[in-house]
Amino acid sequence: MSFTFPVLTAIIFIPIVAAVIILFMNPKQRDLIRGTALSTALVLLGLSAFVYFSYNGEVNRAGGLLESQEELVVNGGDLVASQMFKDGLRFEEKYNWVDTLGISYHVAVDGLNAPMVLLTGMVAVAGVLISWRIEDRIREFMAFFLLLVAGVYGVFVAVDLFLLFFFYELAIFPMYLLIAGWGWVKLREYAAMKLTLYILIGSVIAFVGAIAMVITANSFFNTEAGAAVFAQAQQSGLLSTTAPKFSFDIIQLTVAAEAGAFNALGYFGVETLTFATFWFPLIFIGFAVLAGVFPFHNWSPDGHVAAPTAVSMIHAGVLMKLGAYAALRTGVQLMPEGAQAHLPWIVFLTLVNVVYGAFIAFRQRDFKYVIGFSSVSHMGLVSMGWASMNVIGMTGAGLQMFSHGAMTALFFGCVGMVYDRAHTRDIPSLGGFIKKMPWVGFAFIIGGLASMGMPGLSGFIAEFPIFMGMWAASDSVTLQIGGFTLSNYYSIMVIIAALAIVITAAYVLRVTSQVFFGEFDAEKYPEVGDIAITDRVILLLLGIPLILVGMMPFLMAPMVQAGVNPVVAMLGGL
Amino acid sequence: MVNFNDVNYLPWLIPLAPLLAFAIIALLTNRSRLVPATSHEYGGHHPDYDGMLVPVVAPWSRVLSIVVGMSGVTAAWLMSLVVFFQGINTSKLGFEDHIFASSRNWLATGVDAFRIGIMVDPLTVVMLFMVPLAVMCIFIYSIGYMAHDPRQARFFALISLFAGAMLTLVVADNLLLLFVGWEVMGLCSYLLIGFWYEKKSAYRAAIKAFTTTRVADVIMLLGIVYLYSMTGTLSFRDILYNHEVLDMLAGTPALIVGSWGISAAGLIGVFLIIGTIGKSAQFPLHVWLPDAMEGPTPVSAMIHAAAMVSAGIYAIIRMYPLFEAGGHPHSGEFTLPLLLMAVVGAFTALFAATIALTQNDVKKVLAYSTISQLGFMMAALGIGAYIAAFFHLITHAFFKALLFMASGSVIHAMEHGEHHLHEEHDHDEHGEHAHDDHHTHDAHDSHDSHDAHDHHETAGEPIDRDEVDEPAHPHFDPQDMRNMGGLIRNIPVTAWTFIIGGISLAGFPLLTAGFWSKDEILADAWFVWSETSSVVHVFVFTMLVMAAFLTAFYTARQLSMTFLGNHRTEEASHAGLGGPRNVVSITMQLPLVILAFFAIVAGFVGVPPDFPIFGSIFAPEGNPFFNFVKYSLLTEMQPPKPPFNAFPVLMSFLVALGGLYLGWRMYGRNPLKAGEPDPMTKILSPSVYRLLQNKYYIDELYVAIFIKPAKWFSKNVVVVFIDKGIIDGTIHLIARVFTWIGDLFKVLNLWLIDGVGDGIPQGIAKFGVWFKRIQTGQVQQYMLLVLVAILLMGLIFVVSAGFFQLS
Repeated sequence: MSFTFPVLTAIIFIPIVAAVIILFMNPKQRDLIRGTALSTALVLLGLSAFVYFSYNGEVNRAGGLLESQEELVVNGGDLVASQMFKDGLRFEEKYNWVDTLGISYHVAVDGLNAPMVLLTGMVAVAGVLISWRIEDRIREFMAFFLLLVAGVYGVFVAVDLFLLFFFYELAIFPMYLLIAGWGWVKLREYAAMKLTLYILIGSVIAFVGAIAMVITANSFFNTEAGAAVFAQAQQSGLLSTTAPKFSFDIIQLTVAAEAGAFNALGYFGVETLTFATFWFPLIFIGFAVLAGVFPFHNWSPDGHVAAPTAVSMIHAGVLMKLGAYAALRTGVQLMPEGAQAHLPWIVFLTLVNVVYGAFIAFRQRDFKYVIGFSSVSHMGLVSMGWASMNVIGMTGAGLQMFSHGAMTALFFGCVGMVYDRAHTRDIPSLGGFIKKMPWVGFAFIIGGLASMGMPGLSGFIAEFPIFMGMWAASDSVTLQIGGFTLSNYYSIMVIIAALAIVITAAYVLRVTSQVFFGEFDAEKYPEVGDIAITDRVILLLLGIPLILVGMMPFLMAPMVQAGVNPVVAMLGGL
Repeated sequence: MVNFNDVNYLPWLIPLAPLLAFAIIALLTNRSRLVPATSHEYGGHHPDYDGMLVPVVAPWSRVLSIVVGMSGVTAAWLMSLVVFFQGINTSKLGFEDHIFASSRNWLATGVDAFRIGIMVDPLTVVMLFMVPLAVMCIFIYSIGYMAHDPRQARFFALISLFAGAMLTLVVADNLLLLFVGWEVMGLCSYLLIGFWYEKKSAYRAAIKAFTTTRVADVIMLLGIVYLYSMTGTLSFRDILYNHEVLDMLAGTPALIVGSWGISAAGLIGVFLIIGTIGKSAQFPLHVWLPDAMEGPTPVSAMIHAAAMVSAGIYAIIRMYPLFEAGGHPHSGEFTLPLLLMAVVGAFTALFAATIALTQNDVKKVLAYSTISQLGFMMAALGIGAYIAAFFHLITHAFFKALLFMASGSVIHAMEHGEHHLHEEHDHDEHGEHAHDDHHTHDAHDSHDSHDAHDHHETAGEPIDRDEVDEPAHPHFDPQDMRNMGGLIRNIPVTAWTFIIGGISLAGFPLLTAGFWSKDEILADAWFVWSETSSVVHVFVFTMLVMAAFLTAFYTARQLSMTFLGNHRTEEASHAGLGGPRNVVSITMQLPLVILAFFAIVAGFVGVPPDFPIFGSIFAPEGNPFFNFVKYSLLTEMQPPKPPFNAFPVLMSFLVALGGLYLGWRMYGRNPLKAGEPDPMTKILSPSVYRLLQNKYYIDELYVAIFIKPAKWFSKNVVVVFIDKGIIDGTIHLIARVFTWIGDLFKVLNLWLIDGVGDGIPQGIAKFGVWFKRIQTGQVQQYMLLVLVAILLMGLIFVVSAGFFQLS
């Protein structure tokens, strides 16, 4: 084997190194700092795009990933899902880290996180560009921002549970500092604290669950049946021959889960309880807090509003996806039985998210709060897609993660550009801005149309499969509460969620007409003028993928499908 | 690879041509620069722009955009013609024998992928004749109509997108692609109705149109989702031409409401029909359509005739076997969707026609007539008159596009007249000194076509004019028919084409397309009723006959008030399109002539073979339209051809001629004088009542039986009570309830959830105070903190993991 460039490691460590270098720069050399940050972000975007398109090629070529997955399903076998998951990993790098604890530095991309890697690259560039004119402690700002980006990348590409948590926490601290240090003065300390607490508490609970999971898997592999599975996995190349039984490696945990390690009855001495049914809600919701799941969503609008524009963009655009992604990766993939037992009620929370977020967004006067609550609403759709537990719905949710990420970053970018020039976010006092800022106006309309699911934009190809998947799952999902059985209710949820889309249309149009259409008051807003070239780049960078993915979903949908196939296989759905 | 010689690939390119034109204009040729609104480069459609910089399209950009837009639509038209002739030369073009089709994967999800594809069956072939032709006429017209709008390039981009979306919908071979076209058209209607977005009324109307149709669209989307979950496909061929699937859908009880005896097909059908009720502006979702007049007139023609509203009916026609599944309307067995269509359609037809009677705005009359005519089609579909409804869709598109563009031409002429009047006053009364104050005016002294657009720039002067001429009309409304009269002498081409369109709409017997298509619907209803005595059929028949009568009446009223009699205002007497030979005059009248031709001859393709005399001339081998289109259905689903029956034909004669005669009697023979109120209002006063009673006994009877109740009903019951009271009231109520729920949630959010959430932060407030103290701005300290935190976590982890492992 020739030397292969460790792309993912580069993606994670370049921003960390750049952050350290920036910290040692002279704070007065602002342009040098900006230039370094921007070139770092551009390199990241380039590498991310390389990863994304290489993976896309793998999926789409004849005999590519989708076909080999189909073959696996047809051939059958004991560990099909794990095999499928392992086969889907590309750019894999694995180094031992803490051998005795089974912790390794293991990173790779699959169909689910490759789009997220691309999205992170896009938002990183956009975030640096929109922070171009920050004067206050720009050196620290850029350094923390790059550190945050590194953490986000790390979570997405980690194939080791410990590594995942490590980067998860690495992302939260810079976030706190960025909001508390550079945010909106009125709210920043409150919001930063609220956000950090919500997310930390959620992740700590999930972390405890993860440790318990590793221990349970270890004791399973030490039983006779487990040892046989372990040997078989080693034989088929799923696990390396030197793999320890105590390991945080997600492939190994997937093997354990597929072999039924988390499925033994009598957990905690309770007859009907298994490891999966006990820990699933804690781990899933622990992570889903970051995806803004109801009723733990309230950190998010405040956090978005308080944060400086770049942080709002990366926060709503990428960080919330971190929660949804980790909830899927550790929750659904590793505890499918738990998912089948609990998602049928968790879906009610996601429905509340969708409807409630839309209603509140409809009644907000603050431009940024509208977008903040719309994020709550749209992230509800992602969780709802997970809850469909079939390929269509989950593919839709994966697409929605990308679509919402680009769209909401675009929204926050637009809000930031308007706010920078008007110095107010009070919607009724704005108006006619499209005349002065046509680029921003059109970008906002494109984002708005994507958010209301207009065909031809990415929102439609994300929301439509989610609804399809939910409806298709309707027959197979039942919920038992005591003696009362609820069945076939997923279709009703689709109806309610779809009507929330109408409310989305209403608030998007309302905001658009009040901010961008109508009369422009030139005396009140003398500073409002057209945007700078950096801003245009941001709008193009985030707006064009919305259109491209919407018009040509085959650029992304097959890849996401290849990513969710193993998860669905774990759920027994293939 | 795409093989361009293969006709299977040609339909792919038809929608692509205008879409490509859209992309080129939007990205490349739409270039503008900012000039002050007072500059005379700026056409000045709206005084609202005053005092600000406005973008003006560079002349090269304007010309190039027009060229690109026209090329796109012309290419689409030519390719459509090729497909059309190929189609009609293929005997028995249909699913069972020949079909042009191809498709490819678009959105891969799960085992099956959503494919996008094109399909050409007889329905598509006929639509491909009508849509590109009408759209092309609208494009040509827009060259003149929008000639001095500062955003003409953008306008051409948007109508190209509109046309592309409509053509996509027409050639689509599955419901998903149809829905894509459907939604993009909704978007275009939003952008085009609100094209003059500085006007509050314009963007309000745009939002109203978009949200109203969107509610319906989302419900339609649910229908699509349900259908997909039942069948696993959205392809028309797999669902509609497959008995097993249809029987399965009709045999499965629906979700939730299945216990009430509703089948899955029924519920899906209702969902899809609600989509059409929104898109085709049927009661009770019709409210957006009249407001949509805020857009430029070519857009009205696009929405009302060639594209948007027709798309709704087309979608139903396309999906028809699904609605019919489990029932058989020709033997009086109705399914829920069919019943819904019949009732909603018949009611809407009459309801909208009654409203049209009372309108004075030349475009509003046409708007309500569109709603009414779509009701005809809807009702026809409900009673199984599938082909008749499609026939009416085609003929209606021709004459309604004609009527809208002709009305735009009339409005344009009136604006010209108004402007002309200002000029004369300028010269006569102000003399030389007036020019000092009105620089911008000077530039327009030459009497070229330009002037027609400049009336707003002279809006500063109407005080002069009002004092002298018309104290009664402080704000001149060029769309008000009461200000017109006698225009046939000013704009003869427009007037005659308008009249042709009007009598076609009214269903003038034997000559016009409207007669043949409307007659076919009535004949179908009558035939099935006489065979099976189905109550629904007789209901539909009665409602439609009444609606047809009202249609003829309001058309006669409109034609009379606009073109006949004397000029009622000074403006009307100066109305014109700026001379016989200029760009505006030619581009705005040529399409009218083309469409007028089709408003007459399009009817002759659908003459019943057993119709006396005409049958043997135009349909010696059977009704050509019927025989062509019926192959879009499977043989056993094809509707029976009703035999000729004198009664429905006599009814058609009676209502069309009676309505026209009556309208002419009231408005044409005794034309309105300037300032004279509408004669129908006079009727309500005793003196006029007596006059009528003495002179025309029969008229009086009609008034008593039809007009007065209809007028009273439409004014007091329909407009005031149902339209404004119940429907708007309900919408306001819903809005208020939503607002209230939003507020409630907001409060809940604040107290309940934040309350709990805040408890924790308050508990840690001390931590916050401490933290603030260490926020010294020293980055090294922050970094240290982060590192310490991470190390601490790692340590805790190592210790705890080790502990667990040992235990």
